[in-house]
Formats: sequence, C-alpha cells, structure tokens
Amino acid sequence: MLALWIILGIVVILLIFFIATYNGLVRLRNQMRNAWAQIDVQLKRRHDLIPNLVETVKGYKIHERETLEAVTKARNLAQSLSGGDVGARSKAEGELSNALSRLLAVVERYPDLKANQNFLALQEELTSTENKISFSRQYYNDSALNLNNKIQMFPSNVVASMTGFKPGEFFEVTAEAERAAPKVSFS
Amino acid sequence: MWQQIRANQWRSVVLTTGMAIILLLIGYLVGYYFFDNAIVGLIIALLVWGGLSLLAYFQGDSILLSLSRAKKITRDDNPRLYNVVEEMKIASGLEKMPDIYIIDDPALNAFATGRDPNKASVAVTSGLLAKLNRDELQGVIGHEMAHVKNRDVLLMAICAVMLGTIVILAWYTTRILFFSGAGSRRSSSSGGGGGAQAIILLVGIVLMILAPILAQIIYFTISRKREYLADASSALYTRYPEGLASALEKIAASPIQLKSANQATAPMYTINPLRQKGKAAANLTSTHPPIQERIRILRAMAGASFADYDKAYKGVRSSSGGVIRGAAGLVGKVELRAPSKETKTGEELSEKVERTRQTSDMMWRLSDYKTLDCPCGTRLRVSSQFKGVDVRCPHCGRILPV
Repeated sequence: MLALWIILGIVVILLIFFIATYNGLVRLRNQMRNAWAQIDVQLKRRHDLIPNLVETVKGYKIHERETLEAVTKARNLAQSLSGGDVGARSKAEGELSNALSRLLAVVERYPDLKANQNFLALQEELTSTENKISFSRQYYNDSALNLNNKIQMFPSNVVASMTGFKPGEFFEVTAEAERAAPKVSFS
Repeated sequence: MWQQIRANQWRSVVLTTGMAIILLLIGYLVGYYFFDNAIVGLIIALLVWGGLSLLAYFQGDSILLSLSRAKKITRDDNPRLYNVVEEMKIASGLEKMPDIYIIDDPALNAFATGRDPNKASVAVTSGLLAKLNRDELQGVIGHEMAHVKNRDVLLMAICAVMLGTIVILAWYTTRILFFSGAGSRRSSSSGGGGGAQAIILLVGIVLMILAPILAQIIYFTISRKREYLADASSALYTRYPEGLASALEKIAASPIQLKSANQATAPMYTINPLRQKGKAAANLTSTHPPIQERIRILRAMAGASFADYDKAYKGVRSSSGGVIRGAAGLVGKVELRAPSKETKTGEELSEKVERTRQTSDMMWRLSDYKTLDCPCGTRLRVSSQFKGVDVRCPHCGRILPV
C-alpha cells in the first residue's frame, strides 16, 4: 500500500514538473516570437522612412548620386526579402544599415541641409529607428539564447525533445562596419 | 538572463517580511497597552496598513505625479525623449509604452512610477532633458525602465507604506503613553506586580522608539539594493554603462535641488533628491548608494552583463559579497557597444544651446503660451490669458497678429 502511494506521489511530481517545464518553454518561445515581431515593425518603419529621406536630400542637389542610389537599392532589396528567412534578411538589412550610415556621413558636409527642420526631424527618426532595430535585435537574441539554453540543458531538454521544440535562430550582424565596433576605453 | 531578477527579489522579500514583523509587533504592543487585548491592536495595525496600501496601490502614481507637478507629454512635444523611452522599452522587453511626464524644474532628476509594468509612467525634469546628451539620457531612462521591469515601484510603495504605518503608530503610542499614562490603568487592575508591569511598559516604550529606526534601516537597505540592480539593468539594456556613468557625473555636479521632493518620495528618483552638498551620504541612512561609487562601478564594467556588474561591484567595494545573486552562473558574454556619434564627436556648444532651446520651447508650450517670431529675430511668448488681437514687438516696434 505504502509503495503504491510513493509511486503515485512520484508520478504526480513528475507530471507537475513536466507541465511547469512545458509552460516555461512555451513562454520563452512566445517571448522570442514577440521580439521577432518587434524587429519586423522597426525594419518596416525604416523602409518607410527612406524614400522620404532620399527626397529631402535630393532637393539639396548634393553631388553624391551613388550614395543615394546605393541606399535606395539596398532598401528595395531588403524590402523584397522581408518575407524571407532570418539569414538572408539580416544580411540585406545589414547592407542597408551600411549604406544609410554612409549617406548620413556625407550629409554632414552640407550645412544647409543640416539646418533644415524637416531633415533634422527625419534624422532623429532614423537614428532612433536604427537604435530600436539594434535593441529589438538584442532582446530577440537574448530571448533566443534563453530558449536555446532551456532546450539544451538537463532536465528541461527531455521535455523539449518530447514535445518537439526547435532552437531559435540568432539575428546576426553581418555588416562589417557594425561588427568591427571600436573598443571603448574607460579612463 | 532575466531569471536573475527573480533571484534578487528573494532577498527583498525577506527584508520586507522583517518589516512586516516589526509592524505586527507594534500592533501587538498597542493592543496590549490600550485595549488589554493584543488582537485588537493587531487588527488596528493591519487596518491602517491595509487602508494606506490600497490608497497607494490605486492612487499612488497619480498622487506622486501631481505632487511633483508633472505634465504628461506626447510624441510631438519632444520626439527625442519619446524615442529614447521607446528604445528602452524595446530593450527591456516591456510590453506597453509607459506614459511620459515632464517636471518643470532645473534640477537634474527622473523617476518611474506605476503599480505594474503595464501601467507605468516615467517622469524627467526639464533640467535633465536640457543637460544630457542622447547616450546619457538613454542610461537614465534605462535605469527607470529597470525599476518598472523589476517591479521596484510596487515593492518600494509597499515598503514605504509599511514604514509610514510603523512611524505613525509608534509616534502616537509613545506620546499617549508618556502624557496620559494609559499603562497605569492596566497595572492597577492587576493589583500587585506593579514592578513587573513597569518593566514591561519600559521595554514597550524602548521598542516603540527603536521600531521606526529599525524599519527605516531595512527600508533603506532594500532601496539601495534595488538601485544597484537598476544600474546593472540599465547597463544591460543600453550595453553602454558609460552613458549612465556620465549622466550621474553631470547630476552630481549640479548644485540645484529638486523643489518638489520629500522624504517619502525620495527612493523613487534616480539619485537622492535630498542630498546635501558637501556631505557624504551616511551608509545606513541613505535611500541611494553614494553617487561616486555608482559611477566607479559602472566605469569598471568589462562587459554589459549582470556578471560584469557584480564583478565591478566587488572590485570597487573590495568586498567578497556581490550585489546580484547568482550572476556568476550566467551563460554567454555580453559585449559593450560603441558610443553614439553624439558622444564620440564631443558635445558642441551649438548642440547644447539647441537642446536647451528645444526644452524651454516645450515648457512654454506645455504652459499654454503661444510663440510669435518677429521678423527682427525676437521671439515673443504670449499667454493664453491674453485677450488682445495683436502685440507690439518691444524690440523693433512691429505690430504682430496673435
């Protein structure tokens, strides 16, 4: 009789553990998907801002045709890939980031443009959107790391493999300029 | 990474429980002296505490915001602030965008409020907005977001109310005991053993005097722990601890005190608004850790993770005990990011002037003043109370339509 109760107790404990772990995994996966949706929102916002920026800059007759065209091209490529897989998208978006930062660097040489309120507002929006993209990517990668840890570590890996959880894919930075972030010295 | 927050909450729960025990002890003594029945006292203590807690829970944020005369702003009022808050909202993984408030005050400070992460508000002073660059503002907002995300606002509200209840009960009880001798009723009814009664009365009074002090020390301990955690979280969100460090430096260097802060609301702010110039904060009786120490810890961080903060904390305080429990067992390295363009090129005077001008324009707008630009370059502010159709520019004499 006692043995039966002990076995029953163990089964109940295992069941509770299973449910708790499963729910935890689902929560992490939802958090990751949510974070992914957030990246999407920001990338789309950037695609929407660029035509505006290009128009404003064009009005000032700057002599940087190629830089402008590179931005438009990168933007169109990134937009056409927006339904695609993570790897291809992060590459295209990385190139767009590069083209954009080149354009914004060029613009520094045109004081007239820098005095334009419309342009300043656009620049603030673009800077912030760039930040939001990297923050949402950061949060997405943290969420993916959390989920992957759970999926690979014992004992939650047992539950994960039984219920078929797949590890999340990281949103890597492929742009060379971003990867080679300068070392910060605190002195 | 985010599980650490829960681990840290455990310590706060223990301390909060300690405070609750002090509250119950006070209630017990009140009942013992005044009603010959300890249970009545316990009920009184719980009623006072419960009532104040409900008030704080449902009205706390609006009371705090109106006490500090904060004005709510929209995206168009200050796109830079709105964007920075939104960036930190994304980085912290908060689901809902908090409301943003501005306090018209030249002092540099900010606070967060709201009982849960979905109903949060952040308030910053106009002085802060004018003085900090983007990276620094991001660090401060990250710190406030961390308070929201870690549920510090709720925790500190619970503790503040408990502390308030303890102080009120202890204060009244000691006064009544001293001046009306309520305890004598008890000793006469029980006949003999007056000496023992006197001793109990004495012990009670000593406890009544000690309890508020003890509760206050616990309160400050919790508050300081949450400040360190918020600093660490801010570094994690922004991946740039230097931003917050340099903001704290600017704040520390500013001699202006916040007009609308008081003892009760002090723990809500980024830095202690009541600090006195030239006086090092005493360790036990301060809601905030010393600002120079916070700066040194942030600057000693090798990465942006909690583990890095913990290591820096131990290094700066040369203590073996860390501030974030379980931080060492974290997986993965969190790298710092590069400073933004604004910080890298150094601040130009024109940027500072532009920021100050934008902030003051916004404050005029928020106070219902109309701005008129005269062709001679003079800028006129016209109150909404002004009834006339046009005004005369005091500089060049042109007549301008309102």
